[in-house]
Amino acid sequence: MTMADRIAKPAFIALVAVALAFVTLPSVVVVIVAFGEKSIMMFPPDAWSLRWFERALTYPDFRKGMVNGLYVSAWASLLSVAVGTLAAYAIDRFAFKGRALLEAILLSPLVIPHFTLGVGLLLLASTFGLARGYSVVVLCHLILVVPFVMRSVYVSLKNIDPMLERAAASLGAPPLTVFLRIHLPLLAPGLAGGWLFAFILSFNEFTATLFVTNNTTQTLPVAMYNYVREYADPTMAALSALLILATALFLIIANRFLGLDRILSIESHR
Amino acid sequence: MSESAAAPVNDIALSIEKVVRTFGTARAVDNVSLEVRRGEFVTLLGPSGCGKTTLLNLIAGFLTPESGEIFVDGAPISGLSAFERNIGVVFQNYALFPHMSVAENVAFGLKMRKVTRPEIARRVQEALEMVRLPQMGERRPRQLSGGQQQRIALARALVIRPQLILLDEPFSAIDKNLRAEMQVELKTIQRQVGITTIFITHDQSEALSMSDRIAVMAQGQVQQFSEPIDLYRRPANSFVASFIGEINRLACTRRIEGDRAVLECGPVQVKVPTAQAPAGAATESMLYLRPEALRAVPAGSAEANLGTGQVQAQVYQGTHVDLIVQADNGWLLRLREPGFAALDRWPVGARLAIHADLAEACVY
Repeated sequence: MTMADRIAKPAFIALVAVALAFVTLPSVVVVIVAFGEKSIMMFPPDAWSLRWFERALTYPDFRKGMVNGLYVSAWASLLSVAVGTLAAYAIDRFAFKGRALLEAILLSPLVIPHFTLGVGLLLLASTFGLARGYSVVVLCHLILVVPFVMRSVYVSLKNIDPMLERAAASLGAPPLTVFLRIHLPLLAPGLAGGWLFAFILSFNEFTATLFVTNNTTQTLPVAMYNYVREYADPTMAALSALLILATALFLIIANRFLGLDRILSIESHR
Repeated sequence: MSESAAAPVNDIALSIEKVVRTFGTARAVDNVSLEVRRGEFVTLLGPSGCGKTTLLNLIAGFLTPESGEIFVDGAPISGLSAFERNIGVVFQNYALFPHMSVAENVAFGLKMRKVTRPEIARRVQEALEMVRLPQMGERRPRQLSGGQQQRIALARALVIRPQLILLDEPFSAIDKNLRAEMQVELKTIQRQVGITTIFITHDQSEALSMSDRIAVMAQGQVQQFSEPIDLYRRPANSFVASFIGEINRLACTRRIEGDRAVLECGPVQVKVPTAQAPAGAATESMLYLRPEALRAVPAGSAEANLGTGQVQAQVYQGTHVDLIVQADNGWLLRLREPGFAALDRWPVGARLAIHADLAEACVY
């Protein structure tokens, strides 16, 4: 080991430790606060209790927000997989006029503030006399998550050997059959990964959702925001801890079945 | 049988007529015409970028020609998409479907043809036996070695009983020892099935050993289309002469004397029949001689007809020795002596005279 290595290795370990601490520390603080006894968030708590978890699970607005959120996210993620897949497929496989434009439009939500989208949709909905129902919320989430699904499917498409398409064609498979029997099965992990990200992003989305929901359609993050405006007790912290746990479990299970490492990596075929 | 027109048309499995395909301004395939007989094994041979892969893609239907027409068994096919043609293709990287078992891969083309289930099972097993992998049906492609995958790809292409089969550098990803074995196996299967085969390679020894005929391609054009032995002994032009095998190129001035072409190569004068020196060749010409057409003889020997020189290096290659000879008039020549006797007989620095078998010479 050279002198440089001897210094570099501990320095690297220290850097990773600091980075990890930065990322996880806020969550750790929130989780600890959730177990406090007092009806105000304090760190570190001076007495311990589980009662805020009980309140988080029984508070009516949270229950309704949970159901609304699952409903909206289920629709938004499923629709985004359909739209994102077709768009990614079209952009990758076919040369057509306006291809670059389509790609730019579909990816644009990445650069447009969620606030802008929320306000814009709200104004549009009222202009056209649309009630602030679930469809507007789903549409809003769909626009926000499609770019992520598209990216995910696009990566999976790039992983598919283009010669497979030719091989299938030479064996007599028309284009639709190539899509259904060759590309779709090979895209499945990418589609599942895209759906997963879409669902989580949609479920956690707040800024745009705030504008397009009302009392009956509000999702969990909006309900949490409204709660925080009135109360300062650790219920929020308890709810956050539960959400972190649920999301982590969800991801672990998904990883077991899908292999997220496969979705997030590009092998080179071209 | 009723009276019919001249039969030979039926003997042509693939006919390419004046096919052109450009990419941008580059003519990838430039007015190519070829006729391949039924059951023939034809190789498209050329350096990368010569247009051989483009030509294969045109035949398979992955590309469409700008002009010209391709006929399979007498029928024009340029109006048909790849999936409507009945042409088997074996790819360099095998292109097996990774999400299907080996048997499902082989069955794919039969399913597309709506063959009945028991018939599919029977023909898949038959195809797997043909490539000597009858036990592998349930495996996934990634569980097989490269050579095994390529055999499955061959089985998958042949099981649909195509009108012809195209192989795009099928052995280039396979290591050298296995490659020789695969070449023999492919040739055996091809002869058994009797299928018309278009084989693409940049490997000339592979082409020479396997093909009935070889089309040498360069710059989008067929330079020569003939049997391997003619390609080697009677190259049609300087490109083919230099591309196939090793050859000595000697600058000379040419004039015609009766039925002989007289070549003045510096102080040495060589006479060859005019048939070997096409009249079109310029006065300033190149004399082409294979290393095995040159032989070392003792200095002053009556057999010497290509001047004298000195051995500069010996290259021992097992079956033969190549002598690199510095000729007194400045040429650097490669002489091929069979066996290993030349190692002792013509050591480095030895003086010698050179005998050329002029029947093997070409002039361009």
